Amino acid sequence: MTFEQYLQTSLSALKRNRSRTGLTILGIVIGIAAIILIMSLGKGAQKLILSQVQGLGTKSVVVVPGRQLEGPPSTVGLESLKKRDLEELSKPYNVPHAAHVIPLIFGNDITEYESENFRAQIYGSSDQMPVIFDADPVEGMFFSQDDVVGSANVVVIGSKVNTELFPNGGGLGSRIKIKDKSFKVVGILPSKGASSLINFDDGVIIPYTAAQNYLFGTKHFDRILVDVDTEANIDITIEDVKQTLRMTHDIDDPTKDDFSIVNQKDLADRVGVITTALTYFLAAVAAISLLVGGIGIMNIMLVSVTERTREIGLRKAVGATTKNILLQFLFESVVLTLLGGIIGIILGTTASFVASVVIGRLASFEWTFIFPIGGAVLGIVVSTIIGLIFGVYPARQAARKSPIEALRYE
Amino acid sequence: MHTPNLIEVNHITKTYTEGETSTKVLKGISFTVKKGEFVAIMGPSGSGKSTLLHILGLLDEQTSGDYIFAGHNSKGFSEEALSKLRNQRIGFIFQSFNLLPKTTVLENVKLPLLYSDVPRSEWDKKATAAIELVGLSHRINQESGDLSGGEKQRVAIARALVNEPDIIFADEPTGNLDSRSGKIIMDFIQDLNENKGHTILLITHETATAEHAERIIRIYDGEIASDEKVKRRRTASDEYLK
Ligand SMILES: Nc1ncnc2c1ncn2[C@@H]1O[C@H](COP(=O)(O)OP(=O)(O)O)[C@@H](O)[C@H]1O
Ligand SMILES: [Mg+2]
Repeated sequence: MTFEQYLQTSLSALKRNRSRTGLTILGIVIGIAAIILIMSLGKGAQKLILSQVQGLGTKSVVVVPGRQLEGPPSTVGLESLKKRDLEELSKPYNVPHAAHVIPLIFGNDITEYESENFRAQIYGSSDQMPVIFDADPVEGMFFSQDDVVGSANVVVIGSKVNTELFPNGGGLGSRIKIKDKSFKVVGILPSKGASSLINFDDGVIIPYTAAQNYLFGTKHFDRILVDVDTEANIDITIEDVKQTLRMTHDIDDPTKDDFSIVNQKDLADRVGVITTALTYFLAAVAAISLLVGGIGIMNIMLVSVTERTREIGLRKAVGATTKNILLQFLFESVVLTLLGGIIGIILGTTASFVASVVIGRLASFEWTFIFPIGGAVLGIVVSTIIGLIFGVYPARQAARKSPIEALRYE
Repeated sequence: MHTPNLIEVNHITKTYTEGETSTKVLKGISFTVKKGEFVAIMGPSGSGKSTLLHILGLLDEQTSGDYIFAGHNSKGFSEEALSKLRNQRIGFIFQSFNLLPKTTVLENVKLPLLYSDVPRSEWDKKATAAIELVGLSHRINQESGDLSGGEKQRVAIARALVNEPDIIFADEPTGNLDSRSGKIIMDFIQDLNENKGHTILLITHETATAEHAERIIRIYDGEIASDEKVKRRRTASDEYLK
């Protein structure tokens, strides 16, 4: 008998008992669907978390003032990053692979326009900030290098700040007040959602010089971002940044560093590992239902073998060999589980698509639907294997039946 | 011309052992069947007829003695070879028809072809021809469950014939049929023997059925009680003479 004939024989046997076939594969359908759903949601969650962590791309190295890398920031050296560091880090012979070096200052305060006011995140940075953060204004323009050099009173406002202060529009060109200082709105950002470092929608961005001089009265930075030309040069650049800062800070002993470096790629990798582990753990839990489904299939196949004792006897009487019968029943259980697997994949994919739409509606963030190709392939492979494993025993029982016993069976 | 023995049975015994008790069902049976013969085996219920037929049909093994099928001792065949012989040289007709349920007449008749060397392209042609032979062409796509008892047995005959076997074993083929359908089946079997040259070994416990054969072997309690030619065979035309 050929492969195709076995397939046909098993399909017609399964068709003869449609409702039982349906009920038998239910366990497999649910198991595979659950795995697909979990893997798809897991991938979606991972993508979401990564996009939040990555807000500034995996090519960025973040210099943080203070000693520790982990744990709460040390109070020692919180003001260690100064204008001189920025200048040294920007020199190509110090950090040759730095594409951009950008300072950041954080704060928050009330912003006012006429009778409207809003507590906004205040960011002081340079004119190159939109290059790293992909934050080009929808209206107006980002402030210029001249604005930075000249401590100009200009501001780029986030979408939420814009709607809060200018409910009737007309924000661009207006003057808003922060800490009683007047700033001219030169740009309005599109709605972007939050990332780990910057909350653009609730924020206003001004030249760091203006922030230092007029608002915070300080001379240090809260972060210096170094954007590396390619991902491959991240490790070299981290070393270059360390050497440069130790030189400017007169540090010989690396354990006495008054700064630390957060590598976005490492962070992203760590999050990736955790969410992947969690996804696989949940998928393993779902796999238990596959095991139960497999046992169910074995059970039904055993019943079916007993019921079809006469059929087996007849097939042997007209020329079927033991091998023919074994393969016929093995095909039946594999076709059963594979059918369950395919239906499960379709169901699981539909469910995860619906879930992605619902999550996207309910939550404010963007949730992308991801078709879990890996999950689908896994589903096909796993259901085939389950069919084989749990089909072998019933198939052997069938093949072992002697034709006379089978024909005498009433 | 010398006609070869298709079947040669020498002192065959069969003992069933279940735990401590063993039952001797066949107690030394010997006879031969020539190619083209029509032999009936008669005997009361439980006398061992089916047991004998299963051995002759290569479905079961004797406990002792030799069974020579078409010149070969059955002990020399592998499982694979036995399957092949059953498929190509033997046709079975059972009392309870043994058709596959919810399966069409055509598919039922094709079943032995599935396990044969016959190329797939010829399956439909061969099965259709066998179905036409038993006069069921108009029922070819019916499911087996929709047929009458007589029709079911004709499907079983078509199935037995589809691989053009050397011999047909029929175990009480009319046992589950009313007398009218039974007669049609017997006339049909007789026709296969007389006009199509098939060798037939028929089991029955009714004298009237057995008399369609040319020779009757009577079995009593696992032994042959008599083996003689039928003096006046029944034929289909007998019915019309009445
Ligand atoms: N597998 C078996 N185990 C034990 N005894 C059996 C078995 N098969 C048949 N028998 C016994 O063998 C005897 C002959 O049975 P069988 O050949 O079917 O007789 P018949 O066909 O002439 O009615 C019966 O008494 C039956 O109970
Ligand atoms: Mg019997």
